[in-house]
Amino acid sequence: MTGRQERPPALVLVGAGIAALFFLLPLAGLLLRAPWAEAPADLAAPDSLLALRLSLVASFSATALSVAFGVPLAWVLARFDFPGRNLLRALVTLPMVLPPVVGGVALLLAFGRRGLLGPVLAAVGIHLPFTTAGAVLAETLVAMPFLVITVEAGLRALDSRYEEAARTLGAGRWYLFRRVTLPLLAPSLFAGGVLCWARALGEFGATITFAGNFPGTTQTLPLAVYLELETRPEAAIMLSLVLLAVSLAVLVGLRHRWLGA
Amino acid sequence: MGLLSLLLAACGSAPTPAAAPDPVRGSLTVFAAASLTEAFNRIGAEFTGLHPGASVQFNFAGSPTLVTQITEGAQADVFASADQPNMDRVTGAGLSTGPPVVFARNRLEIVVEKGNPRHITSLADLARPGLLVVLAGPTVPAGKYAGQALQSAGVRVTPVSEETDVKSVVTKVALGEADAGIVYVTDVRAAGSTVEGITIPDQHNVIASYPAVALKGAASPVAAKAFIDFLLGPGRSILTSFGFAAP
Repeated sequence: MTGRQERPPALVLVGAGIAALFFLLPLAGLLLRAPWAEAPADLAAPDSLLALRLSLVASFSATALSVAFGVPLAWVLARFDFPGRNLLRALVTLPMVLPPVVGGVALLLAFGRRGLLGPVLAAVGIHLPFTTAGAVLAETLVAMPFLVITVEAGLRALDSRYEEAARTLGAGRWYLFRRVTLPLLAPSLFAGGVLCWARALGEFGATITFAGNFPGTTQTLPLAVYLELETRPEAAIMLSLVLLAVSLAVLVGLRHRWLGA
Repeated sequence: MGLLSLLLAACGSAPTPAAAPDPVRGSLTVFAAASLTEAFNRIGAEFTGLHPGASVQFNFAGSPTLVTQITEGAQADVFASADQPNMDRVTGAGLSTGPPVVFARNRLEIVVEKGNPRHITSLADLARPGLLVVLAGPTVPAGKYAGQALQSAGVRVTPVSEETDVKSVVTKVALGEADAGIVYVTDVRAAGSTVEGITIPDQHNVIASYPAVALKGAASPVAAKAFIDFLLGPGRSILTSFGFAAP
């Protein structure tokens, strides 16, 4: 696919070099300041493990929710023309540009005790703020757009001849979606899922605003990092590195495997 | 606000030929505990009214957040903390000029929703099952003081959230998400009619002391010193009007 390797123009190289340094330097700062001697103690602290576990549970739950509801939404956006489609698409991408704290306030006003759905939720005994479910919801709000956009782009780029062939062979709509569209969509679904998961893992603002902060319930790793930064900056650096390592392992590993990069 | 008072002052005091130029000038950056927000905004306006050549920028956050920002090299001229330990971390790092001075004191109060729908009258009520209590985190002065007050009253409370600053506790109660919290008297007063305060009796209450210090490397050391002098002088009545007690 790459063909002949050519040396890029000097100006491009300079730009790329600056961009690479920009990503590398903060990482180098973390690595150089990390208190490696105290690493085992910091990482084995009960609160650290609790936060790591909660982060993994919440980010994967948010990704699962995003796939379950985001894929149908992407499908509708990509395949059906209806009035207000562009508005809906803009609405979906809104959380990507919204400051997450604002997203958290908006969630309170929708799902909080005094929120639009508050009385309904209370009637069925659901209380979202200050619960792990609330943290998952906050992460889903900011992360799902990444999945929807990627999957929608994938659907648009799909070669429709396979689906037409299946249709002429008598496949029903659900069968077609499940056995033809979905497998063809796998690469973009996966890329979208990984982006969504990574965003959910790093979520901070919406979570602390909507779900609050309590160890084991809503204190995810980014929240723990923020709080440690105030009292034990060295431990915060160590936790940040854990978050980085987990994300990097998943991103590199999956990218290689699925996108053949 | 600063610009406005500067303009007003410029209009009002045009013919003052004999006065020496005010040495208090330049841009002043004040890092202040979140609980000082309302009072300091007023003090900033009065200060720049007195010194038209100066402007004041505030950075309000939980005291530990401010300490981290300062020790990591944030450009600040004055630090006003809500407790001594956080101030000690700054002076201990050799970042202050001279010893800090206590300029105000504060007391704790239970904050509940307007009308007190859960009928909370004492610290002991906070342990009631099913009650959603929010506290500031144990590293935040307000959270530490709340812990001391609860301990002194012999009450065990498991909060649903440990907020990163005291204002977030008030917000959670004002929005109706939490039933009660423990904050400063001044926070309840500043929140206005959305919340109510329940007095904590003296024997369990904790008196918070607010120390301030001018920081090394201040962009305008004269203005920094003038601001602290202002806190101890004309600023005191402003602080009192916001519910703070004199040191």
